[in-house]
Amino acid sequence: MTRLHVEQPGAAALVEDLGRPGLAHLGVATSGALDRGALALANRLVGNPDGAAGLELVLGGFRARFEGEAWFAVTGAWGPVSLDGHPVPPYASARARDGAVLEIGTAVRGIRYVLAVRGGIAATAVLGSRSRDTLAGLGPEPVVAGQDLAIGAEPAASVPVVDQDVAFPPPAGAVTLALLAGPRADWFTDAAGAALFESPWRLSEQADRIGARLVGPVLERRRTGELASEATVPGSMQVAGDGQPTILLADRPVTGGYPVIAIVAPGSLDAVAQLRPGQEVRFRHA
Amino acid sequence: MSRRLLPSGDAALLVECDSLEEVLALHDALAADPPRGVVELVPAARTILVSIDPARIPLESAATWVRRVPAEAGSRVAGAAAEGVVIPVAYDGEDLAATATLLAVSTEALIARHSSVEWRVAFIGFAPGFGYLVSDDWPFEVPRLDAPRTRVPAGAVALAGAFGGVYPRQSPGGWRLIGRTDVALWDPDSAEPALLAPGRRVRFEAIGAG
Repeated sequence: MTRLHVEQPGAAALVEDLGRPGLAHLGVATSGALDRGALALANRLVGNPDGAAGLELVLGGFRARFEGEAWFAVTGAWGPVSLDGHPVPPYASARARDGAVLEIGTAVRGIRYVLAVRGGIAATAVLGSRSRDTLAGLGPEPVVAGQDLAIGAEPAASVPVVDQDVAFPPPAGAVTLALLAGPRADWFTDAAGAALFESPWRLSEQADRIGARLVGPVLERRRTGELASEATVPGSMQVAGDGQPTILLADRPVTGGYPVIAIVAPGSLDAVAQLRPGQEVRFRHA
Repeated sequence: MSRRLLPSGDAALLVECDSLEEVLALHDALAADPPRGVVELVPAARTILVSIDPARIPLESAATWVRRVPAEAGSRVAGAAAEGVVIPVAYDGEDLAATATLLAVSTEALIARHSSVEWRVAFIGFAPGFGYLVSDDWPFEVPRLDAPRTRVPAGAVALAGAFGGVYPRQSPGGWRLIGRTDVALWDPDSAEPALLAPGRRVRFEAIGAG
């Protein structure tokens, strides 16, 4: 059986697929790849179904040795990727020989690489998914140095021939995200509603798979008092007591007690996954 | 019964009620016969999130359905979750005596009340499988611990606010511990991973402290 021997996981290496939808009523978040489009693309590049499990690699610093031959592709963040020291083009499939060493360096654009290997990562599924939920502690444990990851059986589809020039890196400058109305927009002042769309925001250092906290003007509340915890969706932007918004992501707690002022449209969530701390964010109406 | 429909993205509605009782009744009514395309109902203390698949049902149609469902339909519901479960409890929790003192009752009276009323899972919060239990016959309001424990064992039977609960897995927690059970509350390998799923009727049964 083909395996991937991980020599260096980098900042974080997690097995992720498209997650566990439909279990929020049991307290289980969807989880899954934070950049879902990047996972689907990496999988397509090697002929896998969109939902096959891959590795989500934060920032880079990853090194692994193939044991057996395998096709692979790296998408999401943009940075130096090499196989036995030879550069591998981004967002393209490549074939590794037995013993080849894959190195993924520090990302220069975006922050989360996705590595797909033809056949998928064959971790044990929990509640129908191979995704690591970092908050609930469900799914495969984070990958550690020295770990061997089993690769699944060859899928039926062949490795497609694609034009490599279609790849675009995540943007380096300001990123504009589309917002939908949130359930508790009326808990905030008109000025807060306006500031959300008119002010520049920045991603804080407090950004992970659970949520992305932004820094900007204080969003003042019109209505004070406690909100009974209520169910959130991926992209729900909750505002804590200090007036700063947090975009709740794949591993969020399924209910939350802070009012949700707006919701990042599903089509903008992959871009949130690739924001780097300090990067500028702007919002527009979806 | 009032129902306010609040926006929650393009694939969900948040329905707000005036009380937990109304949430329970509306949840039963909605769960009885959901239209195609409604993928999940997520109840909480005052709200129910109605998640849909926009490719199978327009959000507007789901909103119309939520507005029109008669609440009394709930009384006729009988699903898997409506079947009762009995949880044997050794009432020897660390906070049992202190909690009884706080409530100005004897420990015997607290145990007798906890193990005689019928509870119902209102919703799940805090962690996977952590059901918030309510009962019409439970009169007590229990303050949370000032400082949460960093480690509460799985199976700890606990109280907080107007709610009862059982910790499904070891975790931090601020609820007051009155007992423990060996019953498995959370099994991700099972077809029904959460024993205490929303709607489930629950009774506790006192067993000898060991």
